[in-house]
Amino acid sequence: MTTNLLQVNNLKQYFPIKGGFFGRRVNDVKAVDDISFAVKEGETLSIVGESGCGKSTTGRAILRLDEPTSGEVSFNGVDLLSLNGREMRKQRKDLQIIFQDPYASINPRQTVRKVLDEAMEIQNVVPRKDRADRMMELMETVGLGRHQLDRFPHEFSGGQRQRIGIARALAVDPKLIVCDESVSALDVSIQAQVLNLLKKLQKDFNLTYLFISHDLGVVRHISDRVMVMYLGKIVEIGDKKSVFDNPKHPYTKTLLSAIPVPDPTAERDQIVLRGDVPSPIDPPTGCRFHTRCPFATDKCKEEVPELRQDADLMKDGHNAACHYIEEIESGEMKPKYK
Amino acid sequence: MSDKQNTIIDVNELQTSFFVDGKEVKAVDGVTFDVPSGKTLGIVGESGSGKSITSLSIMRLINNPGKIKGGEINFNGENLLDKSEAQMRKIRGNQISMIFQEPMTSLNPVFTVADQIGEAVMIHQKLSKKKAREKSLEMLKLVGIPSPEKRLDNYPHELSGGMRQRVMIAIALACRPELLIADEPTTALDVTIQAQILRLIRNLQEELGMSVILITHDLGVVAETCDYVAVMYAGKIVEYADVNTLFRDPKHPYTVGLLKSLPRHDIDMEGDLSTIKGMVPTPDNMPKGCRFAPRCPFARDMCRENLPHLEDEGDGNQVRCWIHTDQWDGPEVNVKDDYESAASKQS
Repeated sequence: MTTNLLQVNNLKQYFPIKGGFFGRRVNDVKAVDDISFAVKEGETLSIVGESGCGKSTTGRAILRLDEPTSGEVSFNGVDLLSLNGREMRKQRKDLQIIFQDPYASINPRQTVRKVLDEAMEIQNVVPRKDRADRMMELMETVGLGRHQLDRFPHEFSGGQRQRIGIARALAVDPKLIVCDESVSALDVSIQAQVLNLLKKLQKDFNLTYLFISHDLGVVRHISDRVMVMYLGKIVEIGDKKSVFDNPKHPYTKTLLSAIPVPDPTAERDQIVLRGDVPSPIDPPTGCRFHTRCPFATDKCKEEVPELRQDADLMKDGHNAACHYIEEIESGEMKPKYK
Repeated sequence: MSDKQNTIIDVNELQTSFFVDGKEVKAVDGVTFDVPSGKTLGIVGESGSGKSITSLSIMRLINNPGKIKGGEINFNGENLLDKSEAQMRKIRGNQISMIFQEPMTSLNPVFTVADQIGEAVMIHQKLSKKKAREKSLEMLKLVGIPSPEKRLDNYPHELSGGMRQRVMIAIALACRPELLIADEPTTALDVTIQAQILRLIRNLQEELGMSVILITHDLGVVAETCDYVAVMYAGKIVEYADVNTLFRDPKHPYTVGLLKSLPRHDIDMEGDLSTIKGMVPTPDNMPKGCRFAPRCPFARDMCRENLPHLEDEGDGNQVRCWIHTDQWDGPEVNVKDDYESAASKQS
């Protein structure tokens, strides 16, 4: 029986918009608006969605890189949001993050040795005399050479730099790693190398990943479970196979159908959405997707759909937030456009 | 290759180099291809392969320290490299147009949408200001911008990313060009918006009968929109084929490696992704023989020593690889089927 390593309840992250004469708070950007989910130990949960859906904000809020507005983040039984700065810093030993841009996330004036040493120093996980050995070991773990320890970041390629970012995260022996678009900046052939490395490390060190990405091909490859977000809300969550092969929310369906397939003979039933993602400052009422949804009705404009599952259509743990899962599935409701 | 009479553009041995610190960096090194009229050619490759420099060379937009060193670019039978700057200015935006990856940086932030679309037709078609505004409105309708009358007087910052890219397309198409060069037109956009833009380019191409060169790193986009594909690696074309052949029966080990290392959202893949060992060579450290040899799982001494030519496979498709020539001195190889086992044996 695997336990939940991370439990997020009713997490909200609002960013105030200041304006007016005295810089009063005039409104909020509701980047993440009341979401709850759990991550089991040793699994990879991916968060997918388009820009502005709140996927990165969720990752940052869990690590308290931005202070969440409200909610509860329980990691290993500890409520992270109630900790003070010092206690939180201790927890960060177990919670690491790998960022998107390997050019911006590593100090250009530090050698790799210094980067890794600093991580271990702050968390004090490895006695000073053992650190040199540990660094060598880390370099080999991520597929870099020992002789490269004294080089500066600019001497490495993008893929190698991302490996340094991974080594830094691993240096403190974490339990959970948030991968925020960690392979998005890399070319396909290099991306495949880094993805394989992440998978191998997960097996070797029993890591848990919260994998944030907009690339659904990558997500299908690396995840156990997938969570789809739209405008700060979870629209669908479930195991990888259910979400990809049997999506229930109209947004998930259009998202999947919009991705070009590298096969010119593939027969595809593409749904091309109208319009753009609305602003998260004044998100649409009711279901946030109703302004673009081909199935939307008046009910969708007024009532916010809850995450729910239909026992006949969806397996355990597969949930979608739509009023009309059954009607769409049975063909009773037809899309208004394609 | 395709019928010469029906090509809109014919690029021959194009060479573009950059001169930095007294050293020559060959970004495009002998690129040859053509685009059949009314068709879409995709140029694919990873960063640094020279695909963008190829397109900028066609537009003659290479500035110091870059220089087009040689070759021919025949557009409608005339070599663009012989044209004066004034003649080029008449061609750009009129007969050949270009759209770029980042619509925010390629639109002018201090002019309205109407000004920017109108500018092209006022210069090239000598329309009056009033007529230009009408034309702008017509173009905004064509690219499917909602309530176009209101959008005419908007500034770029008032538009979303997808709408900005539509405005870019409207500007590019205002003079009904014969050739559109789209350099990563959807890379900065979300997938649902990307689908809209790709559909738009496809529809407009049919409607206006233009030819398109689409530059991208995304093999999915290529499969969906292109008729022909040129795969570039380290400044050279390694494979040219029609889109069905390229995806069904790729011949160059680089093309195969690229296709196999791509994780797909529509298929489950067990185990590790297949990878291409190592990384793209830097321009100052180009391999002597085949540029892909240091990463190729099939490479032999002949590959490391001698650069293969881009050879016709008889069906109009071309590949630059020793395996597909008579000179190949190794065991028989089926690149597509044997790639994974060969790659796993690579040290």
